[in-house]
Amino acid sequence: MRDSHYNFAYLDERTKRMIRRAILKAVAIPGYQVPFGSREMPLPYGWGTGGIQVTASVIGPNDVLKVIDQGADDTVNAVNIRRFFQRTTGVLTTERTTEATLIQTRHRIPETPLSERQILVYQVPVPEPLQRLEPREAETRRMHGLAEYGLMHVKLYEDIARYGHIATTYDYPVVVNGRHLMAPSPIPKFDNPKMHMNPALQLFGAGREKRIYAVPPYTKVESLAFDDHPFEVQRWKDACALCGSRDSFLDEVVTDDRGGRMFVCSDTDYCGKRQSGSEEAA
Amino acid sequence: MYVAVKGGERAIRNSHELLAEARRGDAAVPELSLEQIKQQLRLAVDRVMTEGSVYDPDLAALALKQAAGDSVEAIFLLRAFRATLPRLGYTEPLDTSRMRLWRRVSATFKDLPGGQVLGPTYDYTQRLLDFSLEGSSPENSCEEANAHAGPVPRIVDLLNHEGLIETHLPAEGDPDPADLTREPLAFPADRATRLQNLARGDEGFLLAIGYSTQRGYSHTHPFAGEIRYGMLEVEIVPEELGFAIPIGDIALTECQMVNQFAGSKSEPPQFTRGYGLAFGHSERKSMAMALVDRALRAEELGERVEAPAQMQEFVLSHSDSLEASGFVQHLKLPHYVDFQSELELVRKIRAG
Repeated sequence: MRDSHYNFAYLDERTKRMIRRAILKAVAIPGYQVPFGSREMPLPYGWGTGGIQVTASVIGPNDVLKVIDQGADDTVNAVNIRRFFQRTTGVLTTERTTEATLIQTRHRIPETPLSERQILVYQVPVPEPLQRLEPREAETRRMHGLAEYGLMHVKLYEDIARYGHIATTYDYPVVVNGRHLMAPSPIPKFDNPKMHMNPALQLFGAGREKRIYAVPPYTKVESLAFDDHPFEVQRWKDACALCGSRDSFLDEVVTDDRGGRMFVCSDTDYCGKRQSGSEEAA
Repeated sequence: MYVAVKGGERAIRNSHELLAEARRGDAAVPELSLEQIKQQLRLAVDRVMTEGSVYDPDLAALALKQAAGDSVEAIFLLRAFRATLPRLGYTEPLDTSRMRLWRRVSATFKDLPGGQVLGPTYDYTQRLLDFSLEGSSPENSCEEANAHAGPVPRIVDLLNHEGLIETHLPAEGDPDPADLTREPLAFPADRATRLQNLARGDEGFLLAIGYSTQRGYSHTHPFAGEIRYGMLEVEIVPEELGFAIPIGDIALTECQMVNQFAGSKSEPPQFTRGYGLAFGHSERKSMAMALVDRALRAEELGERVEAPAQMQEFVLSHSDSLEASGFVQHLKLPHYVDFQSELELVRKIRAG
């Protein structure tokens, strides 16, 4: 049930309109970071306030919401954000990727392919892919303006010179629509290919840094690489210990104090569906 | 067997209950009232109002109670509440020379019109624990009148009669200042925007950055021109009336730092200024703010930008306690996926 002390989805309508305008601009210029008047939310900065504000601005009473963190619906912060929207919107929530119309995520893209009727909202801690190379925002904005991304290529090249391969494993930089360098948020690079030509609308909210950006449906998203060092994703020797998947991102779980390990899917809905499917088959 | 962190919902509910219990403490001890917090922890209330950007001692006291005395958490609670409030109007600019003063000191002149008024301050106490406060303290009454009546000129205005201190005229057309609570910070930020940011900034952060300017990380040669603490009437002009009406009084602490300035190509040698303003009685905050404000004017005054205190992106992007506290503490959230990726990488590098 919706708590009637608050406006639908917490934010007042004028704030939502301001955020929707930022979203429209973001969709019009894929990968470009649009500054917006981020509000102080009742959750801390760094805990998904950007994603929450984006979700609050696009959610309607008929939406079905799924919230994941690290691919799982039952991690504490995902639970907290889901409860926040249950309380302030009263919408239906689900753990099933296919049932959701709106998915807010931190650090993962679901394994199950998304469709045109879905929106994926990412929580973004650091929207500026160049920040670690150049902390001054006045400078990085200029670099984006001129599409001057040599600094990032040099960084990746130095990785290769030093380690023989690119030593970035998550928040791996991408170029969107052949123009803007973009931080995909700290998803593993395993997930990067899912962003490319995705039928769903992908929205990115960074509350603390006050930026919104977007990848519209069916947009080119290219992970940076070199001709002789093509982009590669992580692969595991093991399969998921619960569902047997060899195609999903696996979390390593420590099982005892003698070095025992097992690998399980990080996407709990995907894993659960496969487990129940195999039980039915058996 | 695999132990997933299942049952997040129930764990969170239990955590809330434990928190409520821990906040209340021993139920046999009488509960704090908001009135007690307002009266007896007034400086904590003032800090929460200042950095929470809301002048409301009742709400600040409530926030402090709910936060179990943690100022930064209380500031967060007040800010989040503030974000939901409608804008009903804008007050007229405050003229701080009209303050009814409780305290006013200047380190630049021994005596001055209006005099030095020490007022309630810890400055001249010996920091000895007062064990008589262990029990209940006797009623105190001070025979001297509390607040000075009538306007007392600001020291910077006295210096100004000689033209020795820079003057700041409003920009052409007196444009409205940006509102940081509605628009994101953009660089370079003008002084009005910077002052807003500093006013909301974390006291500890500003103190440390201000302190760094005294230890050679930028040279601003500050003098405490004046620090004043008192009450001031706030006025608004309702559209339908067309004239100003008072809507209440607020307590403020204002600091005017006066800094040496050797002059530049366009400006004669004169004193420059740094400004600090805080709600309630917040001298440490307003003094630190004034130091940092002056340091951040380096570029405008043609000084070399070398120290952190002079770099506006560095100072303004890291001053907010909500942003800093949130992002530092978000490291408590699960990072299994990123860590897993890094684990694979380190193994690969070591094997390679």
